Amino acid sequence: MAKIRGSIVVEIDRCKGCEVCMVSCPTGTIAMAKEVNHKGYFYAYPAHPELCIGCANCAMVCPDGVITVYKTKI
Amino acid sequence: MAQATGIKEIIKPENLVYRKTKVMTDNILSYCPGCGHGTAHRILAEIIDEEGLQSETIGISPVGCSVLLYEFIDIDWQEAAHGRAPALATAIKRLLPDKFVFTYQGDGDLAAIGTAETIHTCNRGENILIIFINNGIYGMTGGQMAPTTLPGMKSSTSPYGRDVKLMGNPLKMTDIVATLPGTYYVTRQSVHTPVNVRKTKKAIRKAVHYQKLNKGTCFIEIVSNCPSGWKMTPVEANKWMEANMFPFYPLGDLKVPAEENAQKTTNSEKND
Ligand SMILES: Cc1ncc(C[n+]2csc(CCOP(=O)(O)OP(=O)(O)O)c2C)c(N)n1
Ligand code: SF4
Ligand code: SF4
Ligand code: SF4
Ligand SMILES: [Mg+2]
Repeated sequence: MAKIRGSIVVEIDRCKGCEVCMVSCPTGTIAMAKEVNHKGYFYAYPAHPELCIGCANCAMVCPDGVITVYKTKI
Repeated sequence: MAQATGIKEIIKPENLVYRKTKVMTDNILSYCPGCGHGTAHRILAEIIDEEGLQSETIGISPVGCSVLLYEFIDIDWQEAAHGRAPALATAIKRLLPDKFVFTYQGDGDLAAIGTAETIHTCNRGENILIIFINNGIYGMTGGQMAPTTLPGMKSSTSPYGRDVKLMGNPLKMTDIVATLPGTYYVTRQSVHTPVNVRKTKKAIRKAVHYQKLNKGTCFIEIVSNCPSGWKMTPVEANKWMEANMFPFYPLGDLKVPAEENAQKTTNSEKND
């Protein structure tokens, strides 16, 4: 059966670690990294990429516009 | 490894569903983490892009945290003195009536120093869009109390909370302008969740179309956060905003065009 699969790309060095994307993700795909980016922020990353459905909720709420979203049927 | 290949298969140009619009410049936003200004800028830029208005738009940027807005959205801009954006927008729209003209103003800008400009521009019914970012505080200058600060809300100049007996009542500018004959569309939205972002985007798109009709001022308040001024994390600030700002500044339309109301009535009559 075809399954919707999504994937996000976070521009790590522009992320400010606000966590707004993480709490807006309906599938729990996103977590905050244990290390910081060059600005000193714990950046967001897809910790559970297999859960992503490409709904773009995270990108919608990212104040810094650093998330790009892809979606396909597999 | 199979998983990694899976992801590579997904990340392909033909599968792209969302990317920041090119109408936003590549400059790093000057805002604190989680600040709603960034989201508001981005959806405004998306509408300008989607409606093909990049070379047809003139924005008036304010004084406040978003003072550098002209660095972030790649359109024509005019910077206004604090609070004077609606006056500038009036002149620009009258001189160049075919352009899409908007102001983008904070609550200190629009509801304190610029109260007169706001009210008279709306009362004259200038054919512009006013976007009002209400975070209940003077963000840029260090979180001082604004006319919009809630009763009991702490700020750097009301450290024990706003005492209305001493400091006066908060001002609901959006409610005021909705009563004026010059306004055509008045709504209050937010940008802190995906659903709210989509609704606000819809409201901005409507305002773009209404401006083409030349029917009066469109006014969109975005109730927003100031995590730094409120001394909260962004996620806490958004929750606090839902619990405290929204009961005082309820989201929704305050004034919709008469034509649209009539349309809705006919539709519902048809459905009956
Ligand atoms: C004529 C004038 N008076 C005062 C100031 C100082 N000032 C700069 S920003 C600001 C308040 C901004 O608050 P707001 O409009 O709510 O924007 P925010 O930073 O909260 O987004 C003030 C009073 C100024 N720049 N110019
Ligand atoms: S696209 Fe949707 S599912 Fe995927 S990370 Fe973003 S919010 Fe979560
Ligand atoms: S919303 Fe954007 S800036 Fe905030 S943590 Fe997520 S990716 Fe980073
Ligand atoms: S001070 Fe407040 S309004 Fe200004 S950028 Fe920071 S969070 Fe945003
Ligand atoms: Mg403010």
